[in-house]
Amino acid sequence: MSRLKNDEEYAKTKAFHFFRWMKGTKDPYLDEVEMQPGVPYQDSLTLEEIMAQEQQTMEKVYDTKTNKWIAFFNKVYSVCSVLFCLVLAGIMLYMVASLPRFGTVDRPINNEVPQVYIENGIQDTGAVNIVTGMILNYRAFDTFGETCVLFIATTCVMVLLMKEEEKIRADKSLNDRLYEPKNDVILQNVAFVLVPIVFIFGIYVILNGHLSPGGGFSGGAMIGAGMILYVSAYGFDKMQKFFNENTYKVVKVAALCTYCVVITYYLFMGANDFNNHISLGVPGMIFSAGIILWLNIFVGIEVACTMYAFYALFRRGGL
Amino acid sequence: MDYFMYILLFFLVVCAVAVSFTKNLLNAVLVFMSYSLIMSIVWILLESPDLAITEAAVGAGVTSILFFVTLKKIEAIRKENKDEQTEK
Repeated sequence: MSRLKNDEEYAKTKAFHFFRWMKGTKDPYLDEVEMQPGVPYQDSLTLEEIMAQEQQTMEKVYDTKTNKWIAFFNKVYSVCSVLFCLVLAGIMLYMVASLPRFGTVDRPINNEVPQVYIENGIQDTGAVNIVTGMILNYRAFDTFGETCVLFIATTCVMVLLMKEEEKIRADKSLNDRLYEPKNDVILQNVAFVLVPIVFIFGIYVILNGHLSPGGGFSGGAMIGAGMILYVSAYGFDKMQKFFNENTYKVVKVAALCTYCVVITYYLFMGANDFNNHISLGVPGMIFSAGIILWLNIFVGIEVACTMYAFYALFRRGGL
Repeated sequence: MDYFMYILLFFLVVCAVAVSFTKNLLNAVLVFMSYSLIMSIVWILLESPDLAITEAAVGAGVTSILFFVTLKKIEAIRKENKDEQTEK
């Protein structure tokens, strides 16, 4: 352990006293105590023996052949669970039947909020597709939260499944692709034709998010699916030539941070009747709708990275 | 168009019930996949193509692939193949 201070100086600091108190070697009232840091409790039995013992006790306790009461309870339990499910389904169906019909005018959701969105949507956001204008302009902060959820989900999967060292990753039990036929001709030929089309269509959906149905999430999911198809056809070695762990880190974190900066700038400068510095352009053009096009791109990158990272982490424990 | 919608909704209910009654895990994932596919057509009929695209890409595509990979990791697919081989 490297310290900036030597031992004598370190003994005077508060950190030294704190850690001495944490370990329990010195008590403030009793002075030196003959107490050592505790070792974790270890049982002499192995895990399988413990599980076998548990199994035996469970079999003794829930012996349905000799204990009539437990057999009776099991029957009542199954009947009651079916009844409970039926009653729950009945309640839900009754509630659905009393909901207002789909598409009628006098529904409670037809209040002033959608009216404002539909009437002022194009003037406020510049987006022809009002749904995208809603989720990436009026409610862009909510979408930022959703993007953060994607980021945190990948981080959690990484914490659980990521293998840090390349040596462990090369182990056969982890990389289950080794059991497959390596060069599947049909899959490779199909992927050779389909992957560029899937990528181009995904990019089209992202870039046209403010003009036509779609947007960052759908287009990103398409690009992610295309990357998964490419990997399953050609393997991780070829994929790593243009998308490896470093690219993933840079692209994903940069997309999230830029989204955060753009939406913060827009919310503080554009909303609440401040002067809006970002021009909305002509509705219907590609470069229009202010920040929506750029936010779509960032969300798309985030989603594509998430989809591919899930697959790669599930498959071989690394990107 | 109404009858088409009713047929789709009927298939939706059949798929949802069939998932829970399927013993084979691989078949359950396939039925779940078809559920997502029918759902994406229903979204188009309800005039929300945004959701239809996302449902087709995520629900029918990526989620099912992740399920397949997970089944392979926990050796739920390979074991069945072994059983078939021993039966032959």
